[in-house]
Amino acid sequence: MKIDMTQINHHLTDGLLMGYSAGTLPEAFNLVVASHISLCDECRARMHEFDAVGGAVMEQQGDVPMGEGAFAATMAMINSGPEMDMPAPPRNAPSVLPQPVRDYVGGDLDSVTWRKIGGGVSQAVLPTTRDASVRLLKIPAGVAVPDHGHRGTELTLVLQGAFEDESDRFAAGDIEVANEEMVHQPVAKQGEDCICLAATDAPLRFMGLIPRIAQRVLRI
Amino acid sequence: MNDLPKRTEWLAEMRAIRDTQDTDAFARIFAHFAPRVKAFLMKGGSSPEFSEECVQEVMATLWRKAHLFDPTKASASTWIFTIARNRKIDMIRKQRRPEPEDLPWGPAEEPSAADTMALTEETEILARAIAALPDKQRTLIERAYFGDLTHSEIAKETGLPLGTIKSRIRLALDRLRHEMK
Repeated sequence: MKIDMTQINHHLTDGLLMGYSAGTLPEAFNLVVASHISLCDECRARMHEFDAVGGAVMEQQGDVPMGEGAFAATMAMINSGPEMDMPAPPRNAPSVLPQPVRDYVGGDLDSVTWRKIGGGVSQAVLPTTRDASVRLLKIPAGVAVPDHGHRGTELTLVLQGAFEDESDRFAAGDIEVANEEMVHQPVAKQGEDCICLAATDAPLRFMGLIPRIAQRVLRI
Repeated sequence: MNDLPKRTEWLAEMRAIRDTQDTDAFARIFAHFAPRVKAFLMKGGSSPEFSEECVQEVMATLWRKAHLFDPTKASASTWIFTIARNRKIDMIRKQRRPEPEDLPWGPAEEPSAADTMALTEETEILARAIAALPDKQRTLIERAYFGDLTHSEIAKETGLPLGTIKSRIRLALDRLRHEMK
């Protein structure tokens, strides 16, 4: 990735990192969290911290004896399985999409099947479990996403370009964590199309009537 | 449980599994961790049968992935926790678990003894700090890791007392990143 890590200003919350570490987030959120961590050393370090908390909690729950023959059964499982998992070969080609997203797309940006959703904006919904949804969004430079509020939590990770809303600016690598109180109108910065990975655990709620109908039809 | 084991011991076992497929070393790891992982899964609401099966798969995964264990990034208990978490997600929720892209340099051939020691020490400090928390706070963290709290419930609780092992991991990452340039 060509993102300069020192330029990342917006990071994951402790709550999201703990949920990711505990394994309780919806799959769609896990994808956004894993993608941000792929780009952000600081949050990678924080993830290791939360995993260490999980390890410590696990160690402190006492023990429940394993069944008789459990060790032998495990050895049998080992002996009947593949020898050792080999690490994935290193990858050299630079890419726009971080590895976790490429795994869902089946390739880099040129493998994405975009669908226009109005206003020049395109999306590609990625397949996950239905407790939340995640999509790639392509917003042409200078274009505004319809003013919208949120019923649940919405995570938006910028992968290319940048967007601004009333309060802040989000560039490649930055993640915006929006909650119910927030109503905002992100605008893609001039100069380059903005590509984001956005997940939500509730349907977005647009403020105007037309976008609301569009929302129903287009499932955004 | 206050008799927190010296995690340095497990480094020798992990290395023996990785380099010589040493079943005695594996048996020692199994004897210590399998009952703990089982207890952890059952606290999270899993049945004894499910937990037993899950633990066996976790231990088999530990064997197969022993070469990926990096003692400068995680203690054995941390690493085993992450394997158990992923296995549980796979078995119960039937969903994929997106993992971050590996760092370009991968695990070191021979990890630095100083980094390993520091991480071991800091992990033990963290474990003691969690054990010493007031009941209410500790219960909250435990419930998060048992899977009893949703993300928004966790988000409402601020000021989680972490921070002891932060510095070391960050320093190590910073240095590696710098060396890559």
